[in-house]
Amino acid sequence: MKELNKSLLRLTTTGSVDDGKSTLLGRLLYDTNSIFLDQYASISETSKRSGKEDVDLSLLLDGLASEREQGITIDVAYRYFSTAKRKFIVTDTPGHEQYTRNMVTGASNAELAIILIDARKGMQTQSKRHGYLLSLLQVPHMIVAINKMDLVDYSQEVYDEIVADYVEFSGKLDIHDISFIPISALKGDNVASRSEKMPWYQGETLLHVLENVHIVADKNMIDFRFPVQNVLRPDLNFRGFAGTVTSGTIRVGDEIAVLPSGKKTKVKEIVTYDGSLSEATNGRAIVLNLEDEIDISRGDMLVKPNNLPTITDHINAFIIWMDDEPLDQSTPYILKHTTSKVKAFVSKIHYTVNVNNGHRNKGVKSFSLNDTGRIELKTVKNIYCDSYRKNQGTGSFILIDPISMRTVASGMIQGPVTTLGEINDPVKTNKSSNIVWQKGGIEPKQYSMRNGHKPAVLWLTGFSGSGKSTIAETTAHRLFEKGHKVILLDGDNVRHGLCGDLNFSIESRTENIRRVSEVAKLFYNTGHIVICSFISPLKNDRLLGRELIEKGFFEVYVKCDIEECIKRDVKGLYAKAIAGEIPDFTGISSPYEAPENAEITIDTMSVSVEQSAEMLLEALEKDGIFTIDD
Amino acid sequence: MTNLKHNTFKYLEQLEDEAIHIIREVVAEFKNPVMLYSVGKDSAVMIRLAQKAFFPGKFPFKLLHVDTEFKFPEMYDFRDQFVKEIGANLLIEKNQEWIDKKAHPLELGVDKCCSLLKTKGLLDAIKGHGFDAAFGGARRDEEKSRAKERIFSVRDEFGQWDPKNQRPELWNLYNTQLLPSQTVRVFPISNFTELDIWQYIKKEDIPIVPLYFAKVRKVVEKNGLIVPVEHYGPIKDEEVKDLSCRYRSLGCIPCTGAIKSEAKTIDDIIEEVINAKNSERENRIIDLTSDSSMEQKKREGYF
Ligand SMILES: Nc1nc2c(ncn2[C@@H]2O[C@H](COP(=O)(O)OP(=O)(O)O)[C@@H](O)[C@H]2O)c(=O)[nH]1
Repeated sequence: MKELNKSLLRLTTTGSVDDGKSTLLGRLLYDTNSIFLDQYASISETSKRSGKEDVDLSLLLDGLASEREQGITIDVAYRYFSTAKRKFIVTDTPGHEQYTRNMVTGASNAELAIILIDARKGMQTQSKRHGYLLSLLQVPHMIVAINKMDLVDYSQEVYDEIVADYVEFSGKLDIHDISFIPISALKGDNVASRSEKMPWYQGETLLHVLENVHIVADKNMIDFRFPVQNVLRPDLNFRGFAGTVTSGTIRVGDEIAVLPSGKKTKVKEIVTYDGSLSEATNGRAIVLNLEDEIDISRGDMLVKPNNLPTITDHINAFIIWMDDEPLDQSTPYILKHTTSKVKAFVSKIHYTVNVNNGHRNKGVKSFSLNDTGRIELKTVKNIYCDSYRKNQGTGSFILIDPISMRTVASGMIQGPVTTLGEINDPVKTNKSSNIVWQKGGIEPKQYSMRNGHKPAVLWLTGFSGSGKSTIAETTAHRLFEKGHKVILLDGDNVRHGLCGDLNFSIESRTENIRRVSEVAKLFYNTGHIVICSFISPLKNDRLLGRELIEKGFFEVYVKCDIEECIKRDVKGLYAKAIAGEIPDFTGISSPYEAPENAEITIDTMSVSVEQSAEMLLEALEKDGIFTIDD
Repeated sequence: MTNLKHNTFKYLEQLEDEAIHIIREVVAEFKNPVMLYSVGKDSAVMIRLAQKAFFPGKFPFKLLHVDTEFKFPEMYDFRDQFVKEIGANLLIEKNQEWIDKKAHPLELGVDKCCSLLKTKGLLDAIKGHGFDAAFGGARRDEEKSRAKERIFSVRDEFGQWDPKNQRPELWNLYNTQLLPSQTVRVFPISNFTELDIWQYIKKEDIPIVPLYFAKVRKVVEKNGLIVPVEHYGPIKDEEVKDLSCRYRSLGCIPCTGAIKSEAKTIDDIIEEVINAKNSERENRIIDLTSDSSMEQKKREGYF
């Protein structure tokens, strides 16, 4: 049945009061036929009573009497609609600063966020705050919908200006995917159907993006984590461990380790009501039946022995304070993390952040309602966690007040706090003493399992000014955002130190490239994706790297006519070279041998930086670098 | 990415996994949970999810039916048969005092009657048995104020809901800590829509009360509601006619009307729901009385 193969998208909408959030949601519900006649009748009645000309679609969304009186959305409300392709769960959250906690709640499960901006007002402080919070919560996809285009004559200029402002601002944020759409929620332009009023807009409609945005790749499919929820013992013969696969994949026969005991065993059966499975991935609620009788209880975590989470009692975290009572460092809060509950103290307050401009307030003594910032938490028992960036399920937590029992904060783990003393203390480094480490060196495979990808070397060659560094940096960022191990080697960071003794003669260039190739290899051997960005004009020199790396070497020819490079002359070097001030300058007074068999050629005269980075990622993907085979 | 081919994220499966996770979390964290059983389609789905959550064992809690004695005979028959078949333990609780006093919506008003027979009946049962958590089959798409309900809905000692003072609920981390005076209502199928429920019933082949299916019944039309006469006793001065109809949701006889329908199978019902022009509770007098009626009831402790 077609219906059953629909996928699910959880999205959240944010915007300031009156930006048109409710109207947009009402519009989406209306345009996808998700409004019932009796509901429609009820809101059109209310619209009439309050003297409105048109039916106010936003009324569909105002659930509570008290809100209806104030005419604003105050809490998180959940909406549902579906199209032929997807089912949508929308969390509709308020935009005011005093409702930051509601917004964060809505964003916590969202795979996509829509930020609304009123075209007449442009980017507001609130728009920045929303962007900041969404990036904090790592919502994978973001759409900035510039609304009320009907009130600015559908002007491209107005739109372009807002987009430029937002792009500039969002560059500072940690956002993976952002797009912009000019709409009129009231009239329906570019919501479900293309606007005839804005022929200058070439992109997709909002609904089209919602239906097609690719979400599977956002999940962590690599690091197997299974926090035990319940132990099932229906009879003497059966003992199973119920829980939800937080991330990664588990198969029958896989070896697993139990935290904290460190005991190892194998998966005998993956049990469900609908029959046994051969494997289960991220999100599945299952029961694991193990080969050996091991003592396991709720709050323990099953993992793979060669892919462990961080085991620590001291974490760095970003929190959002959600309670009227301020943070108190003497309170033993209850930390709920995966299926475990443990007492925790806030051992240090680093800073709060002004969410409107990103400024840090150091030296603060406490957090009050809606404050966000960085703290350290000390737990009385170890927890098994990953950074939130890498793994939302094992990187998120809430804090509960032990007296009021209210949820006072939500938090995102950045990593363990390790002090020098702890590093030297084998118990404290607690890579759990019971886990038996394999003897000898660490296998390449182990690095791959840990990192979630294979190593590779991207070797970018091309003229000065061809775009190598920009492409290299953008690609490095993209990989970093995916949680990958990436290192960038370029002229700037090796010429000063490692190769500080070399000049630009042919021999020195060769030596320079030799050293870089060796360094690249060291990083390659420890599982990194190494991006080398060097003019590297000589074919033979470039061969060196290729020979050192067994698999996963990509020569990338960043192609750009020398005339164009001279014209761009970003650093003013060509002018100097032409004037004879710089000797041996590639393209002017030194040869460049263009690659003939480059794995990837990027013509920067026609391809944007973003597209270039995309090409490199695709090449890595295609070559299976992001795939770990067991 | 590994094995993407195995990850066709089918949404019913995702909703199912989410619900199972919630049900297991309650069993792990509360001392004395109970599952409210209303005999309707949503309860039927919730019970299947509970079965799945603890398979190969049985779910480790009792079912609770708060009976008003106004339910349809078909519901009672179905209930007793169904509970026997799945081997569950069913508690039946009533506000006997007001049932004996012949409480009736026509005399007391719908709200008052509901408040006494359902809400009070439920609160007394929860108190009497010392339940700390009660699963309910409510869904957020049912009604406006339910749209803002948390999955774990904390209630004070009078079972009351304070919509302005709800706990934030993030990720799938549920705060299960309560004060001694508090209890919690838990709604594992919050994110199912009416259509999802029917799709799930079909996919899982879940038995439901036959009243959900259309057949030709003798009815009268009263204030825009279709009222089959078989359950209502003698009807005066009204025109009785034959009409193919069914119940879209099930409640108490005096307060539940039927809808015109030809849907004789689950597939027909799914088709009908997809093309539905009216919301699910259209035939429920309980929501129609005032614009905020459901919210008021929930504040008082209705689930
Ligand atoms: N002209 C115009 N008005 C809009 C548009 N979207 C929303 N509005 C109006 O802006 C006002 C606030 O909208 P509402 O949806 O309640 O905003 P919210 O506070 O963000 O939910 C209402 O009067 C809407 O009718 C639009 O695209 N064009």
